[in-house]
This record gives sequence, C-alpha cells and structure tokens, in this order.
Amino acid sequence: MALLRRILSLGRRARVEHEIDAELREHMAMSVDDDMARGMSREQAERDARRRFGNPRAMRERVSEEDAALGLENLWYDVRGALRVFAKSPGFALVVLLTLALGVGANTAIFELLDAVRLRTLPVSRPAELAELRITGGNRGFGITDGLFAAFTVPMWYEVKEHHDPFSGIFAWRTNGVNVGPSNRSHQAYGLEVSGDFFSVLGIAPLQGRLIEPQDVTANCQMTSGVVVSYSFWESEMGGQPITGGSTLVVEGKPVQVFGVTPPSFFGMIVGDRFDLAYPTCAPPHPPAEQFTYSVMGRLKPGWNLKQASDYFGSLSPGLFEKTAPTGYSSQALKTYKAFRLAAYPAGAGVSWLRDQYNSSLDILLGITGLVLLIACANLANLMLARASVKSREVAVRMALGATRGRLMRQTLLESALLAACGATLGAALAQPLSRVLVSSLNTSQGTIHLSIVPDWRVLLFAAAAAAATCIVFGTFPALRSTGAQPLASLKSGERGVVGNREGFSVQRGLVIAQVAVSMVLLVGALLFVRSYRNLMTLNPGIRESGITVAFFGFGSAHVKPENLAEYKRQLVDDVRSIPGVENAAATTNIPLGGSSWGHHVDVGAADGESRFTYASPTFFATLGIPLLEGRKFTESDTNMSPLVLIVNQAFVRRYVSAASPLGVQVHVRPEPQYPERTYEIVGVVPDTKYGDLREPPPTQAFVPAAQLPVTAQAPWTGMLIASGDPAAAQQAVRRRLEESFPGIQMQFFDFQQGILDRLVGDRMMARLSGFFGVLAALLVVVGLHGVLSYFLAQRRGEIGIRMALGATRGRVVAGMLQSACVMLAGGLVAGTALSLIATRGASTLLFGLKPWDPVTLVGAAVLLAVVTVVASLIPSVRAANVNPVDALRAE
Amino acid sequence: MAKNDLQGALDLLILKTLSQLGSMHGYGILMHIRRVSDEILIVEEGSLYPALHRMQQHGWVRSNWAVTDYGRQAKWYALTRAGREQLASREKNWAQVVKGVDAILRFA
Repeated sequence: MALLRRILSLGRRARVEHEIDAELREHMAMSVDDDMARGMSREQAERDARRRFGNPRAMRERVSEEDAALGLENLWYDVRGALRVFAKSPGFALVVLLTLALGVGANTAIFELLDAVRLRTLPVSRPAELAELRITGGNRGFGITDGLFAAFTVPMWYEVKEHHDPFSGIFAWRTNGVNVGPSNRSHQAYGLEVSGDFFSVLGIAPLQGRLIEPQDVTANCQMTSGVVVSYSFWESEMGGQPITGGSTLVVEGKPVQVFGVTPPSFFGMIVGDRFDLAYPTCAPPHPPAEQFTYSVMGRLKPGWNLKQASDYFGSLSPGLFEKTAPTGYSSQALKTYKAFRLAAYPAGAGVSWLRDQYNSSLDILLGITGLVLLIACANLANLMLARASVKSREVAVRMALGATRGRLMRQTLLESALLAACGATLGAALAQPLSRVLVSSLNTSQGTIHLSIVPDWRVLLFAAAAAAATCIVFGTFPALRSTGAQPLASLKSGERGVVGNREGFSVQRGLVIAQVAVSMVLLVGALLFVRSYRNLMTLNPGIRESGITVAFFGFGSAHVKPENLAEYKRQLVDDVRSIPGVENAAATTNIPLGGSSWGHHVDVGAADGESRFTYASPTFFATLGIPLLEGRKFTESDTNMSPLVLIVNQAFVRRYVSAASPLGVQVHVRPEPQYPERTYEIVGVVPDTKYGDLREPPPTQAFVPAAQLPVTAQAPWTGMLIASGDPAAAQQAVRRRLEESFPGIQMQFFDFQQGILDRLVGDRMMARLSGFFGVLAALLVVVGLHGVLSYFLAQRRGEIGIRMALGATRGRVVAGMLQSACVMLAGGLVAGTALSLIATRGASTLLFGLKPWDPVTLVGAAVLLAVVTVVASLIPSVRAANVNPVDALRAE
Repeated sequence: MAKNDLQGALDLLILKTLSQLGSMHGYGILMHIRRVSDEILIVEEGSLYPALHRMQQHGWVRSNWAVTDYGRQAKWYALTRAGREQLASREKNWAQVVKGVDAILRFA
C-alpha cells in the first residue's frame, strides 16, 4: 500500500512542497493577525513569527521529510544529482567503473571456468552415487594403456561385470575416433564406446528413438549393430530430422542404423570434451589381456558408501587379477600385475584431463584474480575516501542551508551504490566473454575444448557485494563523520592552509602501501610465468623442430602379410624421400615430444630397469639432426636376418653401462606379449634428446632399426617424420604421390613444431593471463597513487602557496611530493617482497627452469613498480610546483 | 508497562484536540492547546507540523483546504477512524504513564 502511494505520488513533489509552503505561510499570517489584534505593530508581529519559525526552508525540509510519500521522488532526485556529480568528474566515475568491472568480471570468469571443470556434476540422474573403479596407484606402466582414462582390460571388465555387489548397475566406456560419412568425404568424429547398461545406469532418457541397450552388444566388432548420436551431431550433421527405423549413417565405410538421440545436456563422461556418436561395445572371443582400454563406473546401491565399496573390490582383487593375468610376461612383471588392487573413487563430476592438467593453474588463477579484486577494492576505497574528504565542505554548506543529516547520508550512499551497481553490472557482462576467451585460449590445433560455461550468480554476487561494500563503506564513512561535525567548524577548517586531517590521510597511505605490495606479488607472478614460458619456448630439445611434418599412414586395406610389413614400410619411406622438396624422411614407432611413450625392461650386465625404446628407420637421426657421438649408424642391411643392434643415448650409457666403451655391450630385453625376449648389441651412441615432454629431463633411450621390429609386433600403420623446406608444399606433394603409388592408404598430417607448441598451451595461458593481471595491477597502482597525490595536493594547495610565497623553489616542492610517494613505495616494496616469497611457493610445480624465489624476477618486479610509481607521481608533483602562490592564497 | 511513554504526549495532545474540536487547522490546534492548558503547554510550530504530516502518513488524520472564520485559506485536519482508535489506546497508555510517574514521585 505504502509503496503504491509512493509510486502514485511520483512527480508530485513540487505540488506537495508548494502545499507545505502555503500551509506554513498561512500559519504565519494567522499568527501575525492575532498578534496585531492584540495591539502589536505589523513589523513587530512579523519579526516575532519569523523568530519562532526559524529557517523556513529547514522547516519545510523537516515537514516534507515526514511525508514518506516523497520517498521515491527524492530517490529519483538524488539519482539525478549523483549522475550530475559523475558527469562533472567523468574521469573518477570511469576509473571506478572500470576497476569494479575488471575486479568482478575477472573473478567471476575464473570461477565459472573452475566450476565447469572441477565442481559441476555430470548432467545425469543422482550423480553423487556414481563411482569409478581404478587400480590404486595406476597400472605402473604394465601392458599397454590406450588412453588417459583407460583403467580396465576387457577380461578385468568381464570379471567386475559379474561381481559388483556395492553397485546397482555397472558400465564400461571409452572414447575412440570414428570415421563418419561416405569414404570419399569421410571425417573423424568423436566416438563413445559404451557397454549395454551405460545409459540405463546413468539414467539418461532418449530425446528421440531409443538409446543403446544390453542386446546391442554382440561378438561382432565391426560396429554394425547401430549407433546413438549426440544432440549437437544430430542437429548439425543430420539436420535434426526425426529418427525413424530407416535413419542410417555411414560409419567406418558401412551404413549403420541410428537408434536415437541423447538429450542436449549430455556431452559424454569427459568434462571439456564431447561425443558425436555412441556405439555398443563388442564381445570378442579372445580379448587382449594386457591392453587397458575401458573406464568402468557404477552406481552405488543405497546403504553403500565409497569406503565399503573399495573394501569389497579390494577383497575381490586377488582372485580377479589372478584370473585375468595376461600371458607372455616375465614372472616379475606378472607379480606386479597380481598385486594390483581395485578401489572405488567418486565419479559424479565425470573425468577430465583439463582438471588433471590445469588443477593448480586454476587455483593460482583464482588466487590472482582474488588479489586483483583486493587491489581494486583498495583503489575504490582510496578514490571514494579522497572524494568524500573533498566533499566535506560541500556537506557543511548544505547542512547550513537546512539539509537534514539523513538526507545527506542517503545521497552519498546513493552515489556509492549507483557506482557499485553499474560497475558490478558491467563486470557481470564481462564475465561470460572473459570465460569464453579463457577456454578458447586452451584450444590447440589438434583439439578444441567443449565446456558449457554457465553464469554463476553466487560468485558474481560475492564479488559484486565485496566491491559494493567497499564503495559504500569508504564513500559513506567520511560523509557520516562530516555530517556529524558542526557545520560551522567544518566550514571554518574547510580548506585551511595546512593538512587538517592526519588520520584520514594515514588510512589512504596505508591503502596505497597495501596496493603496491599486492601488485608486487602479481608482478612477480607474471614475470615468473612469462619467463618460465620463455624458457620452454627457447629450450633446445636436441632435435630439429622446424620444417618437420609428422605423418601417420594406415594401410590395413592393402592386406600385407606381417612378415612383409617391414619391407613395405621401407618402400614407403623410400618413396617419400624421393619426392622433390622432401629433404629426408624416417619411419618411427614413436613421435618425440608427442606425449606418448614406449618402453621395455632391460638387463645390462648386473643392472636392470626401464628404458624407452623407439623402432626407427636408418634416416631417423639425419631427419631430426641428431649427431652420432660414437660407433656406427643403422643401415638398410640391419634386419631381422642380421644381428640385432641398438643405438642408445648418453643417459642410457650413464645408467646401465659400466664398461669403458658402450660399443659392443649386450642389452637383454625381457619378454612381453608380441615382443619376444631378445639380446641386442650396442653399436652407436647419440646425445640426450627430449623424449615425451619438454619439461622432463631426457630419459634413457634405445633405438632399434625399424626393420628389426619383431614380426609379431608389426602392424599395418606407421608414423613418419618428414623434413622439408616448405612443410605445406611437401605435405601436398606426399599426399599426391602416395595416392598414386599406394592406393587406399590412409594419411594424416600435422606440423611437428605446432604439435610441440600445442603441448605448451597451459604455460602460454598462465603467461598471458598472469601478465595481463600483472599489468592491470600496475595500472591500478598508478590510478590509486595518482588519486592520493592529487588529493594530497588539493589539501595542501594553500600550504604550498605560502611556502612558495616565502621562497621555496619549484624543485623543492616537487621533491616534497615525490618524497611522500617514495616512502609509500618503499613500504609497499618491502611488504610486497615478503608476500611474494610466501605466495609464489605454490607455483613452483608450474615453473620451468626457474625457482619461485628467483632474485632476478623479484628485482625486476620491484624496479618495474618503482618506475611506474615515480611516473604516476610526477604529474601531480609537477602540478604542485605550478601552483601560483597568489591564486592559492586568494582562494582562501 | 505503558508504551509510547512521555514522547507520545504531543501526538496525544493533537489527537485529543482534534477529537474535541472536530476539525481544525494547525494554528487553531496550537492555540487551543495553549489556551486550554492555561499557557502551560506551548507546542512549537517546528514540532507540530512534522507531527501532523506524520500522523497523516499513518492515516490517523485526514486534511482538506478550507477558509477560516477570518477569511484565510488553511489546511484543516480531522480525525479518521484509525485516529480515534489510536487516541483511545493512547489515552489508556497515558493514564498508565501518569500512574507510574505519580508512584515514583510519591516514593519516599
């Protein structure tokens, strides 16, 4: 009711005030009439009435204050007033808005990303009940691991599928690239292989048609039984046509039936990834027992928790691993296998390589944006404080003119709240695009990240509330104090020559020192990450990076017998090498710096351990520019018919070879399925080169001639490194030539150097973001310092005028201003160094070739801040020196 | 315990005056209180008008413009139903307050 009345009375202010005026005027007239009737002179009567009434404006204010109906009207009045104030000092308003927007926006953006990657649960029913089964501590390199989330071999899966008391349902899944479309224009799609109960255990209902069911799992592994497509795939590739019994897709060259469509929210099990089509697992009669393929998850029965489930699967493990042990391994290796224990882990948030890879990065980023918010708030506090102090004179004047205290308070509160609201809104608008930029900055030429970023109102509200509270507290507190003061005293001391309010100024000084300190932390962080990234970029891996094309060739359709595959691959390499524009080429089983690895267990004399093994063409070392230090290179005559030979790197020699010369030393390789027991002889030594990852030191490496790959391990595909002056042209030429000479061959190319850069995308993101926030922090310091010094100057104008009139030189005035800036700077730097040393400890694992307490970085950040500070304080200082003594004194 | 204590006295005076006079303007209320109390209670304009406007916001009094006996325009106030109820409860309260104050004064 009251609100309605207020709204109805909007726009009536003038009328109401007029009415109050009229009422009071008539009252005065009646009083005068009476007095005159009692014999007083008109003059005397009027004077008497005025004396009793006091200030008529103040009286009217007090009466209209009671008319609560004016509330909204007053609010609008104050908003307009506030906007006028902002229009008068647009610089101030702009800086406050931007500071707020960046503080709020950046925090929200980072948190949204963190939430999407780490906190949000899968869009399935009751995700908290989901649990993943894994071997505690992983498979320790045993056998072959197909992917990041592959924890189960097929026989292991068959076992738990039959014995899973803690789970009401259990399923297995893996991701796999799938060729979709007619053979001449087929493309890779994201495939999701799922066991029959996958969708029913997750509780996902089909959007159209039906999903995969247990009867779809057959012994046939040709992927012919049918597929389920994702919503986005259905929309983009199938035009969103209704699914009928006749809906088909060409998958791996064969038409298959499309059963149905999953709901739009379901993106698969991997956060940051998506799937295009899901197809059922198959049940081959003799699944490989050493190949870890599946991720296995289940839904906990009511009454079971993770601990109990882990106990159950732990006690199940001995029998399970005894039963599923693969053959062809040494007894030591099998002992490792049989000691594996399964345990249940929470899986309600799915799995994610993003989460694993960027876990600490995200924490650090959240910390960084938190600090930015802190600086932003300090900045706001400073700006608001400076303004409120300047306004204290205005407040005194308005109080003297009859404004009530509440009214003035409301106005300052409103100004602050208005700024806070606008800034926060801007920040909210900024958060979404920022988050998207962040996600896309993690994309690489090889893969894109698919994350749904949803606005997080809790964080937005938190950041906005923090900023708004800062605005309001620091904007209103001084106003409160000045309204409490006697107007006369305020007016008198308003702009006196000497600094009046020491207390208020020390708060500001403290804020600037805090700002400098926190900025120093951010700058140190920025410099550390940028330098770490630079270290990685300029690192010499010991192999040629530029002008190398990585190619994968598949020739399963040529049906070459395993014993002839070595010769087939040699011809392929020769053919590629003969193409004009190709400098050199080599086949290899492992692409360096690609993240994958292959190794065997070796015995060298008494020493034994793991070593990386690469089966490579004789041209491998020349292609990658690796020099030979000792011994001989491989030749074409090193085949399975000739003695088995090995080229090793220096790390291998240091670790395993005790003899004076490594040449001629025998290396015994322990057996594994498809890789029989063998004894090699070292014939050459190469320098250490980076293997899987730039960050890791070179491991022990051994190279075997490609033609000596065991026939049992031969597969109809090969990786190839092609060196050329113009990779793009060479790639075209290779493609054309091979389409002619090897019809039906499958080809895939990517640039070697780009691939290496792609693996540094996380470092690049940290360098860019921390750099951005470091610069931002420095800018905020400039703004803050400039504001304080300008305020300082405004307060001391008169004093400076007097000093100059008494003969102080301009130099002395500038020096005085700079000195106070330098004191604040010094305090900030000392505090900042201490804070940096504490704060950067958490970043040590992310840094490459640097210690977090790197002295160069600390000094660099300090110098940078010092320069920035001096530049920021020069302008107000010079302005102080330009104070005209006559003007300054006259203004008193 | 009597609510609204001594500070409610002004409201009570105004409400009672209006109930006695039916309808009256601000100046008239002022003069009435002064005359009836034999110049003991003098209400100031600075208190009267904010109180009148506050009571109007509460809906205890309503107002309209009319001409006085002497030909002046004035805003006349009159009690509403809610105002009469308010007056009744305040009178009761006041009796309590007086009793309480009296007891304290007589305590020896």
